Amino acid sequence: MSAPNAALTQESGAVVLDPARSIVWRAAVSRSSVELKSFFRNRQSLVFTLLLPVVLLVVLGSIFSGTVPGTHTDFKQMFIAGIIGCGVMSVSFNGLAISVAIERDTGMIRRLASSPMPKSAYFIGKVVRVAVTGTLETLLLLAVAVVAFGLPLPSTTARWETLVWVLLLGAVACTLLAVAFSSVIPNARSASAIVTLPFLVLQFISGVFFPYSQLPAWMQTVAALFPLKWMTQGLRSVFLPNDFARVEPAGVWELDRVALVLAAWCLAGLALSFLTFRWRGPNVR
Amino acid sequence: MSTVAEQANPVHVRSLRKRYGPVNAVEEVDLDVRSGEVFALLGPNGAGKTTTVEILVGVRRRTSGDVRVLGRDPAEDAPEWRARIGVVPQTTGAYTDLTVREVVEHFAAFYPAPLPVAEVIDMVGLGKQARKQAQTLSGGQARRLDVAVGVVGDPDLIFLDEPTTGLDPVARREAWDLVRYFADRGKTTVLTTHYLDEVEALAQRAAVIVGGRVVESGPVAELGGRRATPAAVSFARTDGLDRSLPALPGDAVVEEAEGLVVVRTHHPTEAMAALLPWAAASGVRELPDLRIHRPSLEEIYLDLIRSNQEGGVV
Repeated sequence: MSAPNAALTQESGAVVLDPARSIVWRAAVSRSSVELKSFFRNRQSLVFTLLLPVVLLVVLGSIFSGTVPGTHTDFKQMFIAGIIGCGVMSVSFNGLAISVAIERDTGMIRRLASSPMPKSAYFIGKVVRVAVTGTLETLLLLAVAVVAFGLPLPSTTARWETLVWVLLLGAVACTLLAVAFSSVIPNARSASAIVTLPFLVLQFISGVFFPYSQLPAWMQTVAALFPLKWMTQGLRSVFLPNDFARVEPAGVWELDRVALVLAAWCLAGLALSFLTFRWRGPNVR
Repeated sequence: MSTVAEQANPVHVRSLRKRYGPVNAVEEVDLDVRSGEVFALLGPNGAGKTTTVEILVGVRRRTSGDVRVLGRDPAEDAPEWRARIGVVPQTTGAYTDLTVREVVEHFAAFYPAPLPVAEVIDMVGLGKQARKQAQTLSGGQARRLDVAVGVVGDPDLIFLDEPTTGLDPVARREAWDLVRYFADRGKTTVLTTHYLDEVEALAQRAAVIVGGRVVESGPVAELGGRRATPAAVSFARTDGLDRSLPALPGDAVVEEAEGLVVVRTHHPTEAMAALLPWAAASGVRELPDLRIHRPSLEEIYLDLIRSNQEGGVV
């Protein structure tokens, strides 16, 4: 081995001695802070991902009336349970897919890939972004729902626990799917529009605006393939009385199946992200 | 075959090839960039310069060939290797929702021994814009922010892909100063550019790439046989001049067409010393259209491109 190579080996040795964990930590903190700054400073992300579900809740919550057919449950309550799922999907799926598409199109990802940033730091930053904005979104929707529409908070510890795991699993699945979905977005400008399409369609067919039991069978089948239907079903079990389960497809809440499908989507999302996410290539400008 | 000394160079490339489907973007590239020098990559658009640089910085995979950058294969993508190279890509980046200072601080956080952030911002001439949102910068300022992001890690080897495109003349000179700043600190720079004055001002050696091949490489002053090409002393014939020319330097070749006399020689000063008294003796005080011409880098460069594209290589 020639002298410069030996020198390099020595140098790389020095870097390895420096605790690798602190390098990842420093990079992850920096990434997370940039993620949060760019979320809260960006009017588009604030309005479209954080506030849109709140606006929908206020407007539609004020319009909807009556009870869900076959139950004694206020239609509004069913809608509110669903919109919380949408809110979490909005900040995880929509927000993230848009931000990855923008970063790929504006040269951010290419520059990060050219720096010694540990690749994990990028994804840790995304997780922090979703965790913070998802929690904020949930609290915001819950606060409006409780104050303006008299939504009863979950009545038992078990229901609180269900709330947490349904939102957590849902957010993880949506986050991973967002990373994968961003690869079909050609450029930053069209990102919002392209992301809105699946989001809007899923909202209509997953039992948010219309009771799931009232939808045509084929629509139910399609919706059951995607995570949002299972998120809203889990959330209905948290906020609605137990006798509402009668109008669910199986006549019960099917929480084990909710967990199973959402976990399966997490795994599928992880696999798809691995297959589609690119640090380099013709689309990474 | 390359020697051990050549392999120790910061950039060492042999028989590099990159194929996109049926197209060979890079056909046959050999490069040696020596430690501490500013090396320029020249060539028309689409010649393969950017593809070559992208392979050297590890954001693109090569089809074949031997590539060593700071002693390692860029495809390894080792973080400790990344910490030693600086990259300014060709397309200007946009950093949304962050201030200039935040952008540079952000990238500094990834390096073990970055330069002080304020110093880097001043160095690229963005001191006054440090608190401005990066997306409100002008095109030239955004380009300088890119340079700051590329060099904040205090790299040993810097790749600048057309760093001054879109800069106004003052900003270009500032960018040159920045290149010299790193060169003075013993760093190595690889620069692609379209501006030949930039090459003459900054680079010690250069390679010209046409159609994915290196058609010429060497010291800038000798590129394309520049030093070997004679100077041309020319003037227009006028009434009263003696028909026969005076004794000229031994290597002089004289051409005369349409009243224009061209003397090609490596000793233009001697030729002038003979021509001026000769004209004065004929009573001609002013030789019309008198000029001494040496081939500029631009002419050499255009000649190289023309002669290499005629073979059908596009």
